[in-house]
Amino acid sequence: MSITGPAEDLLRRLAPRVLGTLIRRYGDFDTCEDAVQEALLAAAVQWPDQGIPDHPATWLITVATRRLTDAHRGEVARRRRETLAAALTPVDELVSPAPGRDGGTGVDDTLTLLFLCCHPALSPTAQTALTLRAVGGLTTAQIARAFLIPERTMGQRISRAKQRVKAAGGRFQPPSERDVADRLPVVQQVLYLIFNEGYTATSGANLQRVDLTAEAIRLTRTLHRMRPDDGESAGLLALQLLTEARHAARTGPDGMLVPLGEQDRGRWNRELIAEGIALIERTLARAPVGPYQVQAAIAAVHTEAATPDDTDWPQILGLYQLLQDLWPNPIVTLNHAIALAMVHGPQAGLDLLIPLDSDERTAGHHRLHAVRAHLLELAGEHTAAHTAYLAAARRTTSLPEQRYLSTRAARLPLPG
Amino acid sequence: MKYLLLIYSNPVNWEHPMFLNQDEELTPAERLARLKEHNGLVEEIAGSGELIDAAPLADPLITRTVRVRDGVPGVTDGPFLDSKEHLAGYFVLDCDSVERATEIAARFPDARYSAVEVRPIMDPSGFEM
Repeated sequence: MSITGPAEDLLRRLAPRVLGTLIRRYGDFDTCEDAVQEALLAAAVQWPDQGIPDHPATWLITVATRRLTDAHRGEVARRRRETLAAALTPVDELVSPAPGRDGGTGVDDTLTLLFLCCHPALSPTAQTALTLRAVGGLTTAQIARAFLIPERTMGQRISRAKQRVKAAGGRFQPPSERDVADRLPVVQQVLYLIFNEGYTATSGANLQRVDLTAEAIRLTRTLHRMRPDDGESAGLLALQLLTEARHAARTGPDGMLVPLGEQDRGRWNRELIAEGIALIERTLARAPVGPYQVQAAIAAVHTEAATPDDTDWPQILGLYQLLQDLWPNPIVTLNHAIALAMVHGPQAGLDLLIPLDSDERTAGHHRLHAVRAHLLELAGEHTAAHTAYLAAARRTTSLPEQRYLSTRAARLPLPG
Repeated sequence: MKYLLLIYSNPVNWEHPMFLNQDEELTPAERLARLKEHNGLVEEIAGSGELIDAAPLADPLITRTVRVRDGVPGVTDGPFLDSKEHLAGYFVLDCDSVERATEIAARFPDARYSAVEVRPIMDPSGFEM
């Protein structure tokens, strides 16, 4: 899409609302979603040339409806002609939302679509792709580039996802409170995955990639606005803001990954930090605690330290103990071990790792070797640390992580 | 996560699809059944949006191996690895997990006769630690 700036923001914001309107009229999520995608592509071509139309939502609905009717030729097309005439009437609630209202039904539609795209019948990759297209208003080409796969493959994945949703009985209807409670964690997980996909991407590796972290933050903001009382949605947003704040500092000039303790804190984004901290403090004070909130709180404690030595490790350790209770999993244990080592010495951390050697989720995983290497280095056991760093480097499938781990191994002073 | 599936075989002479040419003689019906099995799998992984790329490779007989020594390229006929098995083709997949990639690998008829290797492809992304 050659369109950028405010016009693209407008398109992205309108996409789920236009789609919601179309589905309410014509019923079928799959074909309506295709039609909206084509309308978005048409807008991306025409708007930069001809300017943004006075009623952009109506423009998109008209074009999408025309695409829908084109898709149904013959008798079906004839039957639909009357409907088309009706569809061309401006849609009041989209054209001019009442003052102080955020587009009325548009917001509800976005939530409904988010739940539909994160349908439990779909795999995480399918949920992610469909969410980015139907709710995020991204084109298939943009999503494909973001995930470094061919457009054809991504197109296939999206159309398969839509078929699956249909087959599983997924409907465009506002989720019941019970559905919300059951499926909000799935939606949050998808937004978390989108964020991580963007966050871990190497800057500059592909300038054509859309900024998935910005997209995840935008969608999570929408979710938080729709469910302001949900502590975990707020926690996820705070976690994203506080993590994104470190983005500029996480890679060196040579593209090398810089660990938290060695980052230039002057390059951290203070605005995002302030917003994230205010949000997590507000949330922890009034919502039942959950894993995203605790992770956000940990990130907040890190960002509050002016230098690595000022880090309040006892507080971080307490938060990891809480996280371990809320959400027991070996990756949490790995981070817990680091916090434990910072408070009670490296041996305490190393002891915590021992059970992970026999846990099939972590045995042989590069992260276990990497954390052990780090703790052995802290303990001054350089030979063992060297071996563990190299074991981690051989097991990671990430190029920048491999480079980082090999460099850590190489800079250890070894005897002999 | 992306994976490269390497399909190995031990051919008498090259024939595509690679699994049609193993040590045993196949009746036309068996050949057809195996072809269907293979095509069904390819259709499935293309349809699911997991298949990124795939190709059969030409006979090792017409493979060239290039080595540059002291700035001078030396070209020899035949594959770099000298073994009875040769690389007959490859698939590039993007799967949810290594378990899924392994499951797909096991469904290539070739896995029953020679072997299919599942190699993770390095990712340009990474977490700071």
